Amino acid sequence: MRLSRWLADRWVMIVALLVLGYLSLPVLVVAGLSFNRPSSRLSYDFHEFTLDNWRQPCATSDMCDAVLRSVQIGFLATVVSTVLGTLMAFALVRHRFRARSGINVLIFLPMATPELVMGTSLLALFVAAGVPQGFWTIVIAHVMFCVSFVVVTVKARLAGMDRRLEEAAMDLYASEWQTFRRITLPLVLPGIVAAALLAFSLSFDDFIITNFNAGTTVTFPMYVWGAAQRGIPPQVNVIGTAMFAIALLLVGASSLRGRRARRAALLAPAPAAAPPASRS
Amino acid sequence: MSALAHVPAASGQSSAPPPPPRRGRHRLLPYLLLLPGAAWLFVFFALPLLQLAAASLYDPAGSLSTGYALTWAFGNYPDAVQAYWPQFARSFLYSAIALVLALLMGYPLAYAIAQKAGRWKNLLLVCVVAPMFTSFLVRTLAWKTILSDNGWVVGLLRDVHLLGPDGRLLATPIAVVLGITYNFLPFLVLPLYASLERLDPRLLEAASDLYASGWQAFRRITLPLSMPGLIAGTLLFFIPATGDYINAELLGTPNEYMIGNVIDSAFLVRLDYPQGAALSFLLMAAILAIVFGYLRKAGTEEVL
Amino acid sequence: MGGKVRERETPAGDLRLVDLTKRFGIFTAVDDLSLTIPQGSFFALLGASGCGKTTTLRMIAGLEEPTSGQVLLGDRDIARLRPYKRPVNTVFQSYALFPHLDIAENVAFGLRRRGIRSVDDEVRRMLSLVQLDGYERRRPAQLSGGQQQRVALARALINHPQVLLLDEPLGALDLKLRRQMQIELKRIQTEVGITFVHVTHDQEEAMTMADTVAVMNAGRIEQLGAPADLYEYPATAFVANFLGQSNLLAGEAAGPGGDAVPVSAHGARFAVPRERARLDRGPVYLGVRPEKLHLVDSLDRVPAGHQSVAGVVSDASYVGVSTQYLVRTGWGSELSAFAANTGSEVRFPVGASVVAHWNPRNAFLLPREPGADADRTSPLLDEPPVGALS
Repeated sequence: MRLSRWLADRWVMIVALLVLGYLSLPVLVVAGLSFNRPSSRLSYDFHEFTLDNWRQPCATSDMCDAVLRSVQIGFLATVVSTVLGTLMAFALVRHRFRARSGINVLIFLPMATPELVMGTSLLALFVAAGVPQGFWTIVIAHVMFCVSFVVVTVKARLAGMDRRLEEAAMDLYASEWQTFRRITLPLVLPGIVAAALLAFSLSFDDFIITNFNAGTTVTFPMYVWGAAQRGIPPQVNVIGTAMFAIALLLVGASSLRGRRARRAALLAPAPAAAPPASRS
Repeated sequence: MSALAHVPAASGQSSAPPPPPRRGRHRLLPYLLLLPGAAWLFVFFALPLLQLAAASLYDPAGSLSTGYALTWAFGNYPDAVQAYWPQFARSFLYSAIALVLALLMGYPLAYAIAQKAGRWKNLLLVCVVAPMFTSFLVRTLAWKTILSDNGWVVGLLRDVHLLGPDGRLLATPIAVVLGITYNFLPFLVLPLYASLERLDPRLLEAASDLYASGWQAFRRITLPLSMPGLIAGTLLFFIPATGDYINAELLGTPNEYMIGNVIDSAFLVRLDYPQGAALSFLLMAAILAIVFGYLRKAGTEEVL
Repeated sequence: MGGKVRERETPAGDLRLVDLTKRFGIFTAVDDLSLTIPQGSFFALLGASGCGKTTTLRMIAGLEEPTSGQVLLGDRDIARLRPYKRPVNTVFQSYALFPHLDIAENVAFGLRRRGIRSVDDEVRRMLSLVQLDGYERRRPAQLSGGQQQRVALARALINHPQVLLLDEPLGALDLKLRRQMQIELKRIQTEVGITFVHVTHDQEEAMTMADTVAVMNAGRIEQLGAPADLYEYPATAFVANFLGQSNLLAGEAAGPGGDAVPVSAHGARFAVPRERARLDRGPVYLGVRPEKLHLVDSLDRVPAGHQSVAGVVSDASYVGVSTQYLVRTGWGSELSAFAANTGSEVRFPVGASVVAHWNPRNAFLLPREPGADADRTSPLLDEPPVGALS
């Protein structure tokens, strides 16, 4: 049978597309609901098309406050964790020292520990130490769980870098600092940027750890959590869709930039394609 | 997005031997570079775990307002287990079922992207990651819409009599397991993809040249070679899934509550710190035991 | 471009390595090495991998600090200077071109680091020297291996170093390209007149390009000299079999003798001219290159003054330019003999009785470790011997 043969060749791809559908469905629903005028506060069903939610995303002002707070926290946590993690990655890849395995465990464990445990243990510490919880305890917690991911991301980039490039730079009269500035940093930068974006998205989206350490401070995920009990304003879906669009634009722009650079380089004046050694 | 962007890179890298030590003035440098980050992790990760251990042994008679006394109350543990073993069992049961579902869905997906997608590879990969750009909670709430009693999914299932006329999905274990599967699936797919992407398709040609059927080639070549990714992905799925309580809260009812819900309420509602701490600790111990047992059985300790 | 090379402030001079030693833990990579590389020469360090040649190069470049010893450039000891303080540049194995910079910026890198602003003319001149005019705006990844190699060369040469170090620069190229680049490199070296120190494991490459070749083994220099001298009159058994092939017969020299050193080996008597003998008493190897060993069918045909060994052909391989024979001697060793296919020679089938003879002026006498009693011939060829019968 031709059909069964066709299916046999492609069933993996068919399953894959179905699974991708499963993965994409909620995002489509979120995007759809961002244009919804719900019938009641507690309804999750699509009722009526409207652009109001997009026109007035801050109609419920506490939500926009929460978003702003999440952005602030995400920014601070990203900066601190990227700096700390990058320094650690350099130490791990570029230096030999005692306690390496201990440090590796310290970096690995936060990634293998359930968020719930990290959240409750930090809460236990803050309570025992009498630290009031709020904005700064959230930042501290976010830096803590972002650092490991930064280390791993930067480390991978750094380990993949050819040491001889730095030797070549030093051979070509670049001092240690110039070598770092002109060669190492530009080559590791994509890794650092990726780590920072990862840290920001981890921080912005974190609920569990934040929930235990926020005191009365409300971040965007916590706002959503609270609203889920009282009724979700449709603007939440606007924020969700907007975040999605922004992230997608970033990804698209960076890949486009890469492609354009490659194409531009290819189009650079192609010297009369003389096989250079032909005259010898 | 979330905890996964690092995974392909991390599982792929075999750490090269560190370079020989530099001259004397550099000897302190690694420690200086490590100090801030390591101190942060020590103070805000390791120390809190100790504090949590201590809190789990507080006198259960104390309270936040009157203060707690460390009385080495080991009885907190059996008490907590006795009171909440169904939630414990449910946590592991739900995440295990979700894991099986995720493997059934994730392996073909990772394989198709790595080996069959050709020029669409990057696009499909973005499709896996992109949903995570939307907030975790917002996406989980979207499932509430999808699975709602008036939604087309339930309607369809009722029409084909997979559900009774009053049957529903929301507020059932099915919804919770589906939610968990959905939320953590990308964590499984990405490391798996990273392993499968390195698989040289010529190996499969060689296997079929040597009389292996499609299934045998998968069983003997593809599966063993994707093992590192499979292990990493399984752990990255299982660990957060077991500790999750958002899906149970938003898509289920108290009948579907997992241990996370109990711990959450112990700390934030009932303010019973000793019990919450004991439960947290038990959860971590159970997960670590499973992880290390699994790693030992899988024979690789350097997957993550 | 010889005339255009700017004179640098530091007095130019020979590169001298004095008692240079490098240890990694208990492993001695370079062992008390001393040698002088004259200014303007093309010098090759030849050896198998792990012999210490690259470590030597890296110590000259400043990428490795010597455990002890000196690296003198002229009168100045540069052994402990940082790499960027040395008037020495390197062409790295697999080039190490900066992937994020275009070709022009790669080439200009050294000039810019030394604060030179207007680099465009110099960059253009260098790219034209290596025949890459017009490639300025490309990225390294878009160039072929041979082109990348040229960029690496230009990037080093633009700094007018006193010494240019080349670390297996042609190793990543295919055979044909390698040949082209050998000639090219030699041309450029003649043009710029800079001292080139070239590290390679490829004997042919070393011999084609270098004025002077140093054969390294286990962190030491076995022999140093002009390529033809090394080949025609090797100093050690290692050199005799590392550079091409040799038939080495274990024997005893019973010198001093007169113009010729008498040698007894396997019950037969031979003689080697005094100027071809490294020693005249004690355990020795009598060496003859395969292409200098001629086969005839009977003793009568051995020319006057030649010396000979009788044997049976055990293998004959026709390889085009020559036929390579293995001759089993009466005492069981196999000798290797190459007969050029000139069209007039006799072919011997396997099993034929033959006499292998040679002119004593082509033989040489080498020291032998007292315990090493077996002959050292390398009858199984991996690759055609250097310059054999071409």
